[in-house]
Amino acid sequence: MAPSQKLVIDINGLHKWFGDFHALRNVTLEVREGERIVIVGPSGSGKSTLIRCINQLEHHQKGDITVNGIELDENIKDIEAVRREVGMVFQQFNLFPHMTVLENCMLAPVWVKEMEEVDARAMAMKYLERVKIPEQADKFPGQLSGGQQQRVAIARALCMEPKVMLFDEPTSALDPEMVAEVLDVMTDLADTGMTMIVVTHEMGFARRVADRVVFMDEGEIIEANAPGAFFDAPQSERTQAFLAQIFND
Amino acid sequence: MNNAFLKSTREAPLPPPVSTSGVVGWLRMNLFSSIGNSLVSGALLLFLVWLIPQLIDWAFVRAIWSGESGAVCRVDGAGACWAFVNAKFDQFIYGRYPEAEHWRVNVIFLLLAGGLMPLALPTFRYKNHVVLFMLTVFPFAAFVMLLGGTLGMPQVETNKWGGLLVTLVVAITGIVASLPLGVLLALGRRSDLPVLRIFSVLFIEFWRGIPLITVLFMASVMLPLFLPDGVTVDKLLRALIGVALFSSAYMAEVIRGGLQAVPQGQYEAARALGLSYWQTIFQVVMPQALRIVIPGIVNTFIGLFKDTTLVMIVGLFDLLGVVQSNFTDPNWASPQTAMSGYVFVALIFWVFCFSMSRYSVSVEKRVSFNQR
Repeated sequence: MAPSQKLVIDINGLHKWFGDFHALRNVTLEVREGERIVIVGPSGSGKSTLIRCINQLEHHQKGDITVNGIELDENIKDIEAVRREVGMVFQQFNLFPHMTVLENCMLAPVWVKEMEEVDARAMAMKYLERVKIPEQADKFPGQLSGGQQQRVAIARALCMEPKVMLFDEPTSALDPEMVAEVLDVMTDLADTGMTMIVVTHEMGFARRVADRVVFMDEGEIIEANAPGAFFDAPQSERTQAFLAQIFND
Repeated sequence: MNNAFLKSTREAPLPPPVSTSGVVGWLRMNLFSSIGNSLVSGALLLFLVWLIPQLIDWAFVRAIWSGESGAVCRVDGAGACWAFVNAKFDQFIYGRYPEAEHWRVNVIFLLLAGGLMPLALPTFRYKNHVVLFMLTVFPFAAFVMLLGGTLGMPQVETNKWGGLLVTLVVAITGIVASLPLGVLLALGRRSDLPVLRIFSVLFIEFWRGIPLITVLFMASVMLPLFLPDGVTVDKLLRALIGVALFSSAYMAEVIRGGLQAVPQGQYEAARALGLSYWQTIFQVVMPQALRIVIPGIVNTFIGLFKDTTLVMIVGLFDLLGVVQSNFTDPNWASPQTAMSGYVFVALIFWVFCFSMSRYSVSVEKRVSFNQR
């Protein structure tokens, strides 16, 4: 599915400091509806900080972020409105350990969207089937493998029927044999036309799924290009050095 | 090449090694596994052999079980004077609560027991309803029933309340009030709003920094000085407020420990789903925090239960106070009276505290989830 022209996320001249540390430096990025963006870069380059600014888990100090036409500032109502439309998947899964898989998926629809319990349950089962673990619905997260937990986390985010999905290194905490099952679910999701921003070190996934690969280093976007051009003919020296390091392992 | 170390077939599973079971095996494993262990075990066994027969002899064999006055306990070689406890039992339970109205206290005791019992049954389905009843209807019912003055029940002033009744009233009020107050104070102390945070810190540090005896003294001696003439606050009520505020400060610190143990990722995941602050706290964070600190919460409850004996200092007669005041009854003076009374009090307190402890263990087991 080709991305449309509708702008979903518009980041303009974004700056973010942690104390004295300048984490994001004048970042500008536009994401269109249905676009799949993969952000790569060395650790500490600001990739995670950037996507955490999109749902305001980190607050930016300078520049503008507009999500779905809502400009983000201090207003918590605006922030919560954006969070309802933006799903997030974390490196550490962050499932709620005191709730079953089903309850994890039903929590936000029931409390945030005030959905009826029956409908929320149906919705949860639908997305648990989508991530291929409906049979685990009544288990607790601690009883699942890492790969299964991450798939539940994806289902939990999808239950809010978000317009955008953010993935913050979703496979980095997984044992190697479980990476594929999570990437498969993400690839399926991309095929449905979901707008996705993925921070990852999985270059194969980036090449296969991304519309654009964005390379960040030291808080700046150095290069952004279609995956073919990005991997085969990187423009900047820093990108070349980064890719050389990764593929020479 | 020699490939003998490689397996060509699957090894069949073998049965586990024979366990050292049986009484002798257990003793050898646990009590006499080494010379040091044997010495310690032997010494402790000798101590028990010396202690237990004497205890049984005092508490049962030589004990005086009934009698009209202390004369029965003043004989040579008499053991525990249970006759004293027997004769004064009603007073120990109800204080000076009029005998004709004891049924009201009994009804409340039964309601309390009836409300707590189902909570201990793992399979009971309507726990939430019972808890709701115990937190809303029960305190109100207890207040009306015990104080009276309505519904045709004569009023019984709180200065007539005493014994186990006062102990339970003070302890349960403290326990029930301290949990919600503690939750709010703990959240306040972690709040981003400076005024709220400073208030919480000051409140907690103030109440934690002074002894309960001082709180009770101030409540009963100083508070009336600040109130306008003619306005009086019931002595029991003042003690109740003091105990509730005091225990909520302790509870706040226990709960804060639990809050700190909940990973930051839990907050982030909840907020990222669009949950509000309060939804995040009450759906995601607090249930986990409270589970983590169940042992600490119950520890505070048990401490509070035993601290209720301090209300004696401001002229309220709790269980220990009533028992102690009866030591001066010349009719019951005997060498064993005080000892028997204290052992009785200790036994009652121990039963309550041990029950709380066991209940907390069962709750911990029931609500434990598989943490990553």
